[in-house]
Amino acid sequence: MIQSNTISKELDVYAIRKQFPALNRQVKGQPLVYFDNAATTQKPQVVIDALVDYYTNYNANVHRGIHTLAEEATAAFEASRDAARQFINAASREEVIFTRGTTEGINLVAYTWGRKNIKAGDEIIITEMEHHSNIVPWQLLCEEKGALLKMIPQQDGVLLLDEYKKLLSSKTKLVSVVHVSNALGTVNPVEEIIKLAHQAGAKVLIDGAQSTVHLDIDVQAMDCDFFAFSSHKVYGPTGIGVLYGKRELLEAMPPFQGGGEMIKEVTLEKTTYADLPYKFEAGTPNIGDAVVLKTALEYVSKTGKEKIRKHETELLNYATEQLVQLPGLRIIGAAATKVSVASFFIDKVHPQDIGILLDNRGIAVRTGHHCAQPLMHCFGIPGTIRASFAMYNTKEEVDQLILGLQKALKLLL
Amino acid sequence: MSDHKTIQEIENEIVEEFALFDSWDDKYEYIIDMGKKLPALEEKHKLDENKVRGCQSTVWLVSEYKDGLIYFKADSDAIIVKGLISMLIRVLTGHTPDEIINANLEFIQKIGMTTHLAQTRANGLLAMVKQMKNYALAFKIKNSMPHGERSAETKSN
Ligand SMILES: Cc1ncc(COP(=O)(O)O)c(C=O)c1O
Repeated sequence: MIQSNTISKELDVYAIRKQFPALNRQVKGQPLVYFDNAATTQKPQVVIDALVDYYTNYNANVHRGIHTLAEEATAAFEASRDAARQFINAASREEVIFTRGTTEGINLVAYTWGRKNIKAGDEIIITEMEHHSNIVPWQLLCEEKGALLKMIPQQDGVLLLDEYKKLLSSKTKLVSVVHVSNALGTVNPVEEIIKLAHQAGAKVLIDGAQSTVHLDIDVQAMDCDFFAFSSHKVYGPTGIGVLYGKRELLEAMPPFQGGGEMIKEVTLEKTTYADLPYKFEAGTPNIGDAVVLKTALEYVSKTGKEKIRKHETELLNYATEQLVQLPGLRIIGAAATKVSVASFFIDKVHPQDIGILLDNRGIAVRTGHHCAQPLMHCFGIPGTIRASFAMYNTKEEVDQLILGLQKALKLLL
Repeated sequence: MSDHKTIQEIENEIVEEFALFDSWDDKYEYIIDMGKKLPALEEKHKLDENKVRGCQSTVWLVSEYKDGLIYFKADSDAIIVKGLISMLIRVLTGHTPDEIINANLEFIQKIGMTTHLAQTRANGLLAMVKQMKNYALAFKIKNSMPHGERSAETKSN
C-alpha cells in the first residue's frame, strides 16, 4: 500500500527523522542538531540494518568461492554496482569502479591515466575552489612529470568562465573540477566546463563528492570522462565510493594496484589483467560497505531527490535570511545556484570559538578551512563556519542555530 | 617570596574557581573573560617560529628566562584558546624549568576540559602544554652548559 507521504510533493521530515537513530541522541545535555552533513551524513536505520544483515547472514569473499555464501555475497556486491550505475546513469556496469571514496577515485585517475598521458609541458586545470583531494594528486603528478597546474579563478564563489577560456589551450590535457563546492555550496556549470574542455581536446574529471547526494547525476548527459563520489556523503557507509570512467578510457588505462582479483592470468613472465571493472579492484574489496551502498542509494531515490532538494533549498533560504540579520555576519560565496551549504564569517570572531560554543549547545557545524585553503586565502579569512543541511534537518533546528549564534556572540564580543 | 605559590597551589585555585560554575555556559564565559584579559602579544613576537603547531587556530608562544625562572607570554586569534592558554600561563609562569617539566597539570582534567573539548581541540591544548615544557627543557639544558655558552639564554627583550 502506498502511504500518503510517498505520493505527496512535500517531504515528511518528521517521519524521516524517526529513521535516523543518531538524531535521537543528546550532545552536551541537549538534543543533537546535526548541521555537518557536507562532511558526512547520518545513516538511516535501513543502512545500519543492511550492514548487520550482511555480516550476520552472508559474509564471504566475492568472485572466488562456489559455495552459497560466496555466491550470495558476490550477487549483492554486483547488485550494488548496478545500483550505483543507475544512480549516476553510467552506460554500463563495467564503467563503475568501487573505491574507498572520492579521494581514492581521483588518485586512481592521477596514478593511472595521469601517469600514462601527462607529459612535460602539459597542463592540468583545476579551480580555486577545489577540495585538497582534487589539488594534491595533481600537484604530485605535475611535479613528477614537469607538467603545469593551473587554477580557474573565482569571485564571490562563482567561477570566472572567461578566465577559464583563456587558460584552455592545446596544452590542456585534463580539467578536474568540483561539481558542488563543499566550502560554499556553489553549483558549478560543469556542462559548459566539460564542453569547452572537450573542444580543446582535454579530458574532464568531475569531483562529485558533494553533488551526488543533492543533484540528479547523469554522467552520460554531462559527458564527463571521470566522475568520483563517496558513499558516506549519500547516507551510506564510510570506506566505499565510486569512480566512473568512460569505457574506452578505462580500457586504455594501466591498472592502479596489483594483486588478486585484478588479474586474468599470472605467470612469472607476464600477467594479463582482468576485464573492467576488476582491473581496478585489486585485493579483497570492502564488500560489506559496498553491498550496503545499494541500500543507501535506493533509500535516497525512494525518498525522492527532488523532494529532498526542495526541502533543503527551503532550509537554506530560511537559514540565510536569518543569518544575515546577525551583526557583522557575512555569507561567504554569493553564487546564484547553491545547494545545502550556508558558509559564513562573523567580523572579529574566530570561527573556532563559534564552533566550540555551538557544540556546547549540541549543535554540530564545521569550522575552519574545509580542506580548501586556497579558497579561504582568496577570501582573506582563516576559515568559515559552515552549516550544511540534509533531508532530516528542520526549521526548528535552524532556529536553534540562530539562537546559539546570538548567545555565542554575546559572550564573545 | 611569601606570595610565591607552587604550581600545585595555583592548579588547586583554578579547580576551586571552576567548581563554582554549574554549567559549561558559565565556564566558557569565564574562560572567554580570561582570554580577553590576557595582554595582547606585541606584533614583533607574532612570528612563524613562535607558532604552536597542532592548533586549529593560530597560537603564538614566547618565553623568557630570568634569574632561574621562566616567564611565558602568548596570544591567539581565537578567544577561547586564548583563555585556555592564559590559564596555562597563570599556572606555569614564574617557575623553574624543573618545576614546569614536572608539572602534571591535572587541573585541565579536573575542570573537565579534556572530556568536554572535541579531540582535535584537546590536542591543541596538549600541543600548547608540550611547547611550554619544551621551552623549559631547552632552558634547563642551556643552563647546565658551561659558562660562556649561555649568552643566548633570554629569547625576548
Ligand atoms: C568536494 C569534495 N571533494 C572531495 C572530498 C573527499 O571525499 P572523501 O574524503 O570521502 O574521499 C570531499 C570530502 O569532504 C569533498 O567535499
